[in-house]
Amino acid sequence: MYLYDAIDQSLVDQRVEQFHDQVRRRMAGELTEEQFKPLRLMNGLYLQLHAYMLRVAIPYGTMSSHQMRKLAHIARRYDKGYGHFTTRQNLQFNWPKLEEMPDILAELAEVQMHALQTSGNCIRNVTADQYAGAAADEVADPRITAEVVRQWSTLHPEFSFLPRKFKIAVTGSPRDRAAARVHDIGLIIKSDEAGAMGYQVIVGGGLGRTPMIGVTVHDFLPKRHLLSYIEAILRVYNQAGRRDNMYKARIKILVHALGAEEFIRRVNAEWEAIRDSAVDLPAGEHDRIAAFFAPPRFEPLAKHDALFARYRLEDREFAQWARTNVAPHKQPGYDIANISLKPEGGIPGDATAEQMNAVAAIAERFSFSEIRVTHEQNLVLPHVRQADLYDVWQTLRSHDLATPNLGLISDIIACPGMDYCSLANARSIPLAQDISKRFADLKQQHDIGELKVKISGCINACGHHHVGHIGLLGVDRKGEEYYQITLGGSADENTSLGEIIGPAVSYDNVVDAIETITTTYVGLRTDGESFLDTYRRVGKEPFKETLYAAH
Amino acid sequence: MATQVISANRLGDGLVVYMTDGSGWSERIADAHAVTDKEAGEAAMAAARAAEVARLVVEPYLIDIDESGGERRPTRYRELIRAKGPTVRPDIGKQAEL
Repeated sequence: MYLYDAIDQSLVDQRVEQFHDQVRRRMAGELTEEQFKPLRLMNGLYLQLHAYMLRVAIPYGTMSSHQMRKLAHIARRYDKGYGHFTTRQNLQFNWPKLEEMPDILAELAEVQMHALQTSGNCIRNVTADQYAGAAADEVADPRITAEVVRQWSTLHPEFSFLPRKFKIAVTGSPRDRAAARVHDIGLIIKSDEAGAMGYQVIVGGGLGRTPMIGVTVHDFLPKRHLLSYIEAILRVYNQAGRRDNMYKARIKILVHALGAEEFIRRVNAEWEAIRDSAVDLPAGEHDRIAAFFAPPRFEPLAKHDALFARYRLEDREFAQWARTNVAPHKQPGYDIANISLKPEGGIPGDATAEQMNAVAAIAERFSFSEIRVTHEQNLVLPHVRQADLYDVWQTLRSHDLATPNLGLISDIIACPGMDYCSLANARSIPLAQDISKRFADLKQQHDIGELKVKISGCINACGHHHVGHIGLLGVDRKGEEYYQITLGGSADENTSLGEIIGPAVSYDNVVDAIETITTTYVGLRTDGESFLDTYRRVGKEPFKETLYAAH
Repeated sequence: MATQVISANRLGDGLVVYMTDGSGWSERIADAHAVTDKEAGEAAMAAARAAEVARLVVEPYLIDIDESGGERRPTRYRELIRAKGPTVRPDIGKQAEL
């Protein structure tokens, strides 16, 4: 993991001091709310429905056991004993007090954490593949790129007041687990025939009220040019992006308005002026950062552990968990263990302080103290010996963290919705809970197979509904909660945007509608065909017919 | 005009509060000062803005309420959730204290 140097630590400590003084001035009446609001937002502090909400940055979703324990401590001491992991791989506390914010930020700074750039029209916390440094299919570790971008973008004076927020995602695998194509910039690390590393650079993807899939602006950008090239992109956006209408201010609108060809021409013109300049990272500095992400001290092990195989044969519940929640690791004898934060009837992404401490302890004992947060609101233990998986599973189970449902219908993304969020038009969480209860039968879930349900409580799409195999968007119909249903979305390497299937359905009818859709799919699928493949083969009509036949 | 009360978030801890008679602030909607005409609403909002200047609350605004049935309830669902707490966590928020 990356560890702060004196510059990083000093920057974060200074920010704590600054915000401490800003809070004091606000409480003393020296700052009005209008003056204070942009300052608190720069420190990740929102005012939501019930209280303040603090969004803590977890850079590219990577943290240590030590940091997780600190989050648990903050949840217990300053909040109501829980936190919420988000689709941006961050953590939100829902009940912090303004008066205690300086103390909270000071506590975070003790473990090299902060809330910088988790809000505002700046380059937000960079996200990455949660299997970074572990995935068997990985070309290169995306955390190195993400950390380089983090350092370059942190408090970047030129890009602190962009037309709108800006999100960058990085993946180092052909299998896109970072939703790179629906970010302002998506970086996919590739290697050429000679083995040199570079990036496919995708720009202008995004969700929200105008969902778009990004366009590739560079097929293979040599690694050394990364910063100058994305700086050129940001400069074009900063100069030409709209500032007169916040709904048309994201870079996707600019790319669409200019056309990809003209956008690329402008980026290249800007890039020519700055490439090979001091903007790009010297090789030595890149190597220094890369050294932090050197593989942990793996033991030399056989590819397949006999004990792991035996437990899978002897314990069906363990076998079920291993089948869904364990992914292959690049290191022989190790696997990646996914921790579902979606128990039956639970709140997607929520973890209690006790659960956070439990995960910290398990990671410490079994995964080199490393933990990852996924954009699908789960956690990951990236490096677990196969021989330890049974112990890991048993311990997770004792903390209600071993639901074997990764990628299944109950592994739902849900934004906080109207239960917490001041922007929401409808609730998201209770629908996720109801769906997971309706499909509580794991056998049925496994029979349905991979099915990603994503729920947003408003058009801002924090719940990624556009790229759900089944997407639900909450809308307000004369004070009643209704939900627009989209089908066929996906955020992987074959990204697609869901299609609206018909009129919105009322809150009370949503779960029945989901069941109708899954039943229709089961009736239409060929052997081994997933929901998404079936939908892409047959289109929306069969689903529309069954869903609206009774209405 | 619908009966209205003024709601805001308290500056120090952000919790939902309602303006009471005498321009105090309570966490309970039952304690709120209700207005039934435009002039009274404007006068109440003037007092609420003064409370904002005095650093007691943030962003006060009028909400519609329904008092039929003996219980004072916001008419909008969003405000009902603010008055009670998250529907998915009955153990926290004001609903847990009732």
